[in-house]
Amino acid sequence: MTTSSYDESRLGALLRTLPPAPTGLVAAAAELPQTRRDLARIVQLADEDAAFRRALLEDLESALRQAGVEPDRIVVEELRKRFRA
Amino acid sequence: MAGTKDNGPRPAAERSDAELVASCRAGDDRAWAELVERYSRYVYAISVQGFRLSPHDAEDVFQDTFARIYDRLDGLRDDEAFRPWLAQLTRRICLDRLRESGRTEPFEETAQLEDAADALERIDEALVVRDALGGLSVNCREILDRFFARDESYRTIGAALDLPPGTIASRISRCLGSLRERLEGRKPVAVES
Repeated sequence: MTTSSYDESRLGALLRTLPPAPTGLVAAAAELPQTRRDLARIVQLADEDAAFRRALLEDLESALRQAGVEPDRIVVEELRKRFRA
Repeated sequence: MAGTKDNGPRPAAERSDAELVASCRAGDDRAWAELVERYSRYVYAISVQGFRLSPHDAEDVFQDTFARIYDRLDGLRDDEAFRPWLAQLTRRICLDRLRESGRTEPFEETAQLEDAADALERIDEALVVRDALGGLSVNCREILDRFFARDESYRTIGAALDLPPGTIASRISRCLGSLRERLEGRKPVAVES
């Protein structure tokens, strides 16, 4: 294992190689467990409430916001897939 | 539970990948957030630097990668192998993205592949350095990350950490020395925090 060549300029270059990912992306990924729970809740609600299901089909984003769920890309795509079927 | 002491589980940031993966399976949202925090830069760098994806495509790859990882954690056979699994999945999703956008042909040229392989190797090495950074004092971590990875000026760093800007250069040098000692397997000298 070669670990003897970590001079200052090389270390600096390697530290520069990993800048932060966009904050919003990281936050959305960190919230995935909650997003998945929200998704399950929305699907259950749509199964139990025909009016809500109709609202979802008409305007997915608005219906999600009214149900207290932020319509991020993953949630919207997942729901579109499920309700298209 | 493995890794749990009498006074409760260690903070997520101090736990190994395998411990975090096990905690995620048990429904620990903080463990998942730590895994994302630990590897967000890595995943993003693979798509932007390794595969030269546009910012828009890189965002999609980032979201898809973590969504698939989350959904497939139960299928991971060896929790110790989380990092290579994540890297492989990210690379596969990047290639899918390139195929979808019709950009695979140029990428299949030898020179392009060699460039990508070099970039991926550099990113893996950078991750080793970043792991070592985690063993330094909070001040060293902050100073090095702000200066190199976030490209902040001495003035900005000084203001954020309440340090005279004139001392930042020497602190960076001392912290780099500690980082090098850590990487070379020697015990780092205490650096003023």
